[in-house]
Amino acid sequence: MTEDAISAERPLPAPRRPFREAVKSIGLLRESWVASLGAGIVVFWVIVAVLAPVLAPYPPNQQIGPLKNAPPMTLAEEGRPYFTDQGMERTSGDELYILGGDNLGRDVLSRVIWGARSVLIYAPIATACAYVIGIAMGLLAGYRRGWIDDVLSRVSDIILSFPVLVLYVVIITVFGPSAINIVLAVTFASAPGIMRIVRGLVLDLRNRDYVAAAQTRGENPWYIMLVEILPNARGPLIVDACLRLGYTTITIGVLGFLGLGLPPPDPNWGNLVAENREVAQIAPYSTLFPCIAISTLVLGLNLLADGLREISMKD
Amino acid sequence: MAVQEALAADPRTVAPDNAVAAEAASPVLEIDNLNISYFTRAGEIPAVIDFSLTVKPGEAVGLVGESGCGKTTVAMAIMQYLGGNGRIVGGSIRFKGRDMNAMSEEELRQLRGSQIAMVYQEPMAALNPSMTIGSQLMEVPLYHEPNCSQEEAFRRAVEMLGNVRLADAARVMSAYPHQISGGQQQRVVIAMALLSNPALLLLDEPTTALDVTVEAGIVELIAEISRSFGTSMLYISHNLGLIRETCDRVCVMYSGEVAEEGTIRELFENPRHPYTRGLFGCIATPGKDKYAKPLTPIRGQLPLPHERPPGCNFGPRCDHFRDGRCDAGMIRMQSVDPATAHRARCIRWQEIDWDNYRVEQAAYTPIEPGETVLESREMQKYYPIVDRSLAAMLSGRAVRYVKANESLTFQARKRQTVAIVGESGCGKSTFAKVLMGLETATGGELVFNGKDVAEQSVMKRTPAQIASLQMVFQNPNDTLNPSMTVGSQIGRVLRKFRIARDPQEIEQRVLDLLDVVKLPRAFINRRPRQLSGGQKQRVGIARAFAGNPAMVIADEPVSALDVSVQAAVTGLLMDIQREYDTTLLFISHDLGVVRYLADRVVVMYLGQIMEQGDTEAVFAPPYHPYTEALLSAVPIADTRVRKRRIILEGALPSVLDPPKGCPFHTRCPRKIGAICEDTPPPEQEAESGHSIRCHIPMDELRRVEPVIQYNAE
Repeated sequence: MTEDAISAERPLPAPRRPFREAVKSIGLLRESWVASLGAGIVVFWVIVAVLAPVLAPYPPNQQIGPLKNAPPMTLAEEGRPYFTDQGMERTSGDELYILGGDNLGRDVLSRVIWGARSVLIYAPIATACAYVIGIAMGLLAGYRRGWIDDVLSRVSDIILSFPVLVLYVVIITVFGPSAINIVLAVTFASAPGIMRIVRGLVLDLRNRDYVAAAQTRGENPWYIMLVEILPNARGPLIVDACLRLGYTTITIGVLGFLGLGLPPPDPNWGNLVAENREVAQIAPYSTLFPCIAISTLVLGLNLLADGLREISMKD
Repeated sequence: MAVQEALAADPRTVAPDNAVAAEAASPVLEIDNLNISYFTRAGEIPAVIDFSLTVKPGEAVGLVGESGCGKTTVAMAIMQYLGGNGRIVGGSIRFKGRDMNAMSEEELRQLRGSQIAMVYQEPMAALNPSMTIGSQLMEVPLYHEPNCSQEEAFRRAVEMLGNVRLADAARVMSAYPHQISGGQQQRVVIAMALLSNPALLLLDEPTTALDVTVEAGIVELIAEISRSFGTSMLYISHNLGLIRETCDRVCVMYSGEVAEEGTIRELFENPRHPYTRGLFGCIATPGKDKYAKPLTPIRGQLPLPHERPPGCNFGPRCDHFRDGRCDAGMIRMQSVDPATAHRARCIRWQEIDWDNYRVEQAAYTPIEPGETVLESREMQKYYPIVDRSLAAMLSGRAVRYVKANESLTFQARKRQTVAIVGESGCGKSTFAKVLMGLETATGGELVFNGKDVAEQSVMKRTPAQIASLQMVFQNPNDTLNPSMTVGSQIGRVLRKFRIARDPQEIEQRVLDLLDVVKLPRAFINRRPRQLSGGQKQRVGIARAFAGNPAMVIADEPVSALDVSVQAAVTGLLMDIQREYDTTLLFISHDLGVVRYLADRVVVMYLGQIMEQGDTEAVFAPPYHPYTEALLSAVPIADTRVRKRRIILEGALPSVLDPPKGCPFHTRCPRKIGAICEDTPPPEQEAESGHSIRCHIPMDELRRVEPVIQYNAE
């Protein structure tokens, strides 16, 4: 063979551009209007959370007496006193409380804006933790099979057989309400479900020839699980992660509502609903707007998941 | 209702006896200038272009072509089942003179399943798993004939099961689809299609999912149907050999167009289109020989539907291409011989001097086998099957064994190509797994390069041992990891086998390997989905040969590829083998390819070796009766070959419960008596290195007539 001659003529391949590839895959979202809409809503809330200090007109925990249970679009009266860290101040009279005030006279808009922050920090962290545990369990169970699979599957069956809410209540009442315990509770309750999905995907993927090729070159099992198998399960997992992020958002809301969430006066959406629940009949606004916030974020995530599924089905 | 009247007026339903005579003049199906497009995100993609076809009553027409050539689209268009994004954009389909494009949904529904019936590739997908075979069969007359009674439908269903050669029709009637074998399922599907006495039967790769010996039975049945029922058939296949054995006329498609059509005899003996010629050059018929008359691959690959070249679609791959003429514009079908309706889509068909045209293909000198590389001595592999039912535990028979490999003894020498042949479940893949170290043997020895590796799993082997024994896999879409680039996958092997360490050196070695498998260097950054099947298989070969192995196991490396690509990949595999002095263990069910490629052949059945010897010896008498049946089952795309037909009765027995004595006795046409049922057959030496495991005396086996003979011309 005249390989040298061939190599001399053949051009060297162009370098890869990982950044460009990433931009391209985000561009795929445009192919489904459902996904674009979902992504738009989610991005809206992320921007709100990131820019909370700029966007929120007032500090979230600042009480202004007359604002108590005020309806939306209330204009502050001039000269009303209120207290800040620096001492007593008076309203200048041109403040507009767009979404009204809550039961303690705090600006609802500011609290909803700051509330986006806490949910968008803790929901992704909790979901990510659940995914790390669930993926590890699912990979082991699906790839190793045998007794490991039996043990892990039975354990997850047991956890899944409890009503989720009961699990949360038990865990948080035992360990006390705090951010870290919320993450812990969500991880504990979600990981078995994730494990089942991963296990199912692995059971299919482990029979592929490229996995056999890796085995026949003596690769270590964790290399095969993490490098050969896991990346090829990413499609369904990304869709599931979006949905699960939505569930976690609801969960954090529900925990806040039950008083098991982040301790007050943290302005998270669940707490906002809980705090104003008793006056909902006379001042429904202060519970309505946090509810709408939760719904739109969850809706956005679900639409994104649906859209991603639709896009992945096309190819 | 208009349709009912039309059917009543149809001579076939009124007077079946005169039907053929009355309809002789008018074709059953006339397709004229049909154009079909799919509408996708990328825009309109023409799938079928300028397609014309006529099927006369009682005629069997073959539609042959490689993947994506549009053959299935044509069938779907005839059924008017193109799906959401497919549309007929031009031309007409006339069924018994009526334009199908103009029919309403209701009219079409009356036609489908009664006048036009279809048999699909996967019989299990065509049958409803939750209904008995009987009720599914009875549905056909009950639905299409309002006056048909239950008893009448039952009687006709049983009768039809007999017609498709299903023994024990009563049992099959009350069985569910999963309770009968794949071959039986396909017979049921054919019976179902025939129950309404259709004028046209569409068969879409009806035997592709079946084993060769089962396929032979179905092929025989199909040929019989067209003879005895006078049903017109459109037989779609990628296999020219099958078409030759079932059809009267054939239509070769390439990239959405008909390349050539004519009678079987005319087209097989006198092909006029360069693509048809090329196809025949790619098929391993008995006349081909890997040293003296190697296969002649068609260069390049099939064009993607949205990247077809201007003018002749085959132009870029054709040796007779002329600038300015072949790519000047759309090429119409040209009549070659009006008497036999032989037509070809080539403007140069009269200019090409086929009689004196020879493809430049160097003949090779035969290899000299070297020292023994692999020796299997009575290797056994049993899989335990644990029965967890209470009854099994109480009776103490909770563990049974599947004897996947029973006492395998054979050798492979350096530079040799040894083929292991057998149908599904014969244990050939299990042997590969044990050899690769993915499973460990239950007994016996497996000596590779002087070391027994039978009980050494891959994790316990040294990198050098692993590198010297590599594998090429069957499915091109599965062999590469879709989320990694080609370069990183080959590079990983180099790193793992400690052939190269620093990234620059690895990249250089990967580029060299891409050159060896004749792929462009730019492929180093490609992902598998950007590659065609043949290209993926080449990357798989590069990966296997990266560690310069002493032995490569190739598990059906080309069976999933298109015919025109198969020859090129086979040739590449042989070239690299020759260059690296590699021993090739070739696992296959396709005796055509095995005859062409192998130096030695090992024939397996239900985990045991039935016959082994040098290729010429195995392919000539004396045969083991199983080898004889296998040889007869392989369709051959050569009209000069005369084949003795041997159709095996019954299905492959389950490996869980293999027959006692000789494993083949349940299907053996030459069974001599009770001895076959009780005593395992002895190994008889036919000549040095050729042994047959059979009770029949060797002298008698020697007197058997060869299965394949050339017609004297």
